[in-house]
Amino acid sequence: MKFLMTLLHVEAAGAAIPPEDMAKYMDQMYAYRAALIKAGVYVQTNGLANSSTAFTVRTEDGQLRVHDGPYADTREQAGGYFIIDTKDAEDARLWASRCPGATWGIVEVRQIIESRPL
Amino acid sequence: MSTPPEAGPARRAAERAARESYGRLVAFLASRSGDVAAAEDALALAFAAALRQWPVEGVPERPEAWLHAVAKRRQLDELRRHADDVRLAADWRVLLDEALPEADELPDRRAALLFACAQDGIEPAIRAPLMLQTVLGLTAAQIAEAFLMAPATLGQRLVRAKARIKRDGLAFALPDRADLPARVASVLDAVYAAYTKGWSEPDPAAGIAMAEEAIWLATVVTGLLPDEPEARGVLSLMLYAEARRRARTDAAGDFVPLSEQDVTRWDARMIELATRLLQAANDAPASGRFQVEAAIQSAQVSRRLGGTATLDDIVRLYDLLALLAPSPVVRLNRALAIAQRDGPAAALPLLDELDTDERMATYQPYWAARASVLAGLGLRDMAQVAFRQAIGLSSNAAVRSWLQRQSDGLGSVR
Repeated sequence: MKFLMTLLHVEAAGAAIPPEDMAKYMDQMYAYRAALIKAGVYVQTNGLANSSTAFTVRTEDGQLRVHDGPYADTREQAGGYFIIDTKDAEDARLWASRCPGATWGIVEVRQIIESRPL
Repeated sequence: MSTPPEAGPARRAAERAARESYGRLVAFLASRSGDVAAAEDALALAFAAALRQWPVEGVPERPEAWLHAVAKRRQLDELRRHADDVRLAADWRVLLDEALPEADELPDRRAALLFACAQDGIEPAIRAPLMLQTVLGLTAAQIAEAFLMAPATLGQRLVRAKARIKRDGLAFALPDRADLPARVASVLDAVYAAYTKGWSEPDPAAGIAMAEEAIWLATVVTGLLPDEPEARGVLSLMLYAEARRRARTDAAGDFVPLSEQDVTRWDARMIELATRLLQAANDAPASGRFQVEAAIQSAQVSRRLGGTATLDDIVRLYDLLALLAPSPVVRLNRALAIAQRDGPAAALPLLDELDTDERMATYQPYWAARASVLAGLGLRDMAQVAFRQAIGLSSNAAVRSWLQRQSDGLGSVR
């Protein structure tokens, strides 16, 4: 079963973290990724650019429109994600509880419903 | 975020009620119907109703009684749907109970449920996990971690055990006194597993609640079985550990290992109680796993307080423990005791032996131990790899930072 773990945090607060603390945090993230790989449950991880760089595309009055900025102004923003492949949902919970992203933010976990191969 | 602001306190109240009352409510509901799975289902629906209604209607004065009433109604609905079923005896119990006036306080039947989970019809290996799930509300993944089992397998076995209880109509009343001694071992295993789970809980409040629950249950069991030395042993063991809780983190919230703890922050009263319990347990001839583990704790506390216990005493207690309760966890702790007595070189071969056990690959304490032994031997690169694995497997932020400092420290002493 595959799961998407979205790492949410307050971007402004994240930017205020001293570089040496941030380096430690990133180091914990690398250690976490290494542990996922070693356990054979790792699929992918990446960071996301600042939410202010997001844009949205939607149809309004039959017209396709592109708006700069994120879709919703939330307190926390997604800063990155992991995809893991575990035996079951309980195992995904266990791995999510080890994610250092929960130290300063929120880790949201959702099962991935895989699309059929073409 | 998406939750309206007024929903916050109601949601927190529901979550607190779930944490504090789960085991008590399942025990109570199941003791009436004998069906643990149905009791859990009814309770889950009651919690869902609470999350829906409390933010709108306000948090009831007695959240636990509210949840109990809703779950009981739900249980009755379910029974009425199966009115033609043959489980008449159980049904009558519930219906009679329904006719009784609502008690102000729910009687505490958790201890009875613990012992009911240990009866003959239930396979021995699943008894403690079943107690943790039904009485303490742990998930299969948390239990699997505590017992080094595969979560999926454990989940299936728990479902089977509950189906068995329902099919055979196994009783959820407090068993006869004569039956208690035969069942106490798995009850104590469950209580201790809950306590250790409380230690590693990422949320400190939830961890303390779990630890208090485990200590309370052990106290009840000790009261029920005053002649059982292992009940006193496990209570003593937990109190020795609990007495050091405050000293385990410093003012900045950083993790402090036992050897560096400020002993003035230990709870002296709790240590005295633990010591008395251990002495009382040792008056009995038999010596069990928990008594030995409590003795190890006692020796470690004594060493830090300038007492007469030696590192050799501790290793010899671990030798005894390895005979009484052989497990990879005991072998790991014995290796660490040997590292303290004889130095890291003596411990490394013992850890290498454990390395072949595939369960160690994701067992965080193994990697933390391996890292410290390798660091002691000056094997910097290997130590850093092990520290990384220990950090990656930890769910506790304070422990992660401590391991990181240890690992960084290696770079400078090079």
